[in-house]
Amino acid sequence: MEVGQMQRRLVDYTKTLFMEGFLDAQFLQLQQLQDESNPDFVVEVVSLFFDDSEKLLNDLSMALDQPNVDFKKVDAHVHQLKGSSSSIGAQRVKNACIAFRNFCEEQNIDATLRCLQQVKHEYYLVKNKLETLLRLEQQIVAAGGSIPATEMGF
Amino acid sequence: MAVNGAVTWLRRAEEIDGYDLSASDSEEVHVLAVDDSLVDRKVIERLLKITSCKVTAVDSGRRALQFLGLDEEKEANGFDGLKVDLIITDYCMPGMTGYELLKKVKESSAFREIPVVIMSSENVIARIDRCLEEGAEDFIVKPVKLSDVKRIIDYMTTDFREGEERRRGINKRKLRD
Repeated sequence: MEVGQMQRRLVDYTKTLFMEGFLDAQFLQLQQLQDESNPDFVVEVVSLFFDDSEKLLNDLSMALDQPNVDFKKVDAHVHQLKGSSSSIGAQRVKNACIAFRNFCEEQNIDATLRCLQQVKHEYYLVKNKLETLLRLEQQIVAAGGSIPATEMGF
Repeated sequence: MAVNGAVTWLRRAEEIDGYDLSASDSEEVHVLAVDDSLVDRKVIERLLKITSCKVTAVDSGRRALQFLGLDEEKEANGFDGLKVDLIITDYCMPGMTGYELLKKVKESSAFREIPVVIMSSENVIARIDRCLEEGAEDFIVKPVKLSDVKRIIDYMTTDFREGEERRRGINKRKLRD
C-alpha cells in the first residue's frame, strides 16, 4: 500500500473514532503537541494511560471484591481513571467513570460491579482502537510519509 | 484576565508551529507543576515546554514544598538556585491537596509572591472561589488545553517583567483591566 493510501486510511479511521465517541477534542490537543522535536509524544502519553488504567482496573476489581467494600477507596480509583481518560480524550471511558462515581455515592454494590464491567469494556475497546491508530501512524512514518493532521469540524 | 496593551517578551503565535521555542534575551519562566497523575504530569509538562517554560514536575504537594525548601521535616536540599516563577497544581491529590499547598505557599514569607494556579476536573464554583480567596492566581478546569497554558503564561510574563522592573526601581503603572 502506498503512503497516500495509508494516510487516507488513517484519516478515515481517526474520523470514525471521533464520530463514534471513542475520542474527543482532547485527543486532538495531544496530537497538536507532537512535532519533530517530540515525534512520539502521543504514543508515550497513551502508553502511560494504558499502564495507569490497567493498574486502576485491577485495584478496582480488588476493592469491589472485598466483603466490606470501601466505597471511598473505589471512588478515589474511579476519579483517577476519569481524570486520565479525560486528559487523553478517551471520552467513552470518561463517561463510564462518571456514571460509576454516581453509583459509588449511592454505595450500590450491584450497580458498581456493573459499572466496573462497563468501564473495562470501554477501556479495552479504546485501547484496541488507539493501538490500531498508532500502528497505522507507525506504518506511514516507516514508509517515509508524514502523519496528516486530523481536521475535524468541531 | 487579559492585560491591555502589554507586550510580552514571549512572541505570541496563533499556530503552535510558529511558536518560538527559544525565549529571547530574558530568562525562561520556571514552572513547578504538581500532579499525582502520571498522565497529567506528562501532558502539563509538554504544554509548558511548548510555551517556552522550564518545567519541574512533581507528584505531590509534599514534594513541591521540599523542592521549594519549605518542608519542615527536610532540610532545603540545595535547590535555591532554581527560582520558581509559577506553581501550577492539581486540586485533588492524596495527602496534601492543591488547596493546602496553595495555603502553605501563601503563608510563607519567602514564597507568597509566587503565583499559584489550580487545576481541577470539577468545575465547582465554591471550590474556585475558595482557591481565589486564598490567593490563587487562576483556576483551570481539566482537561488542560494549550490555550489555557498560553493564556496564563502570557499574562504572567507581563507581570513577571513588570515585577523585574519594579525590583530594579523603575516605577511602572500596571496596565490591568
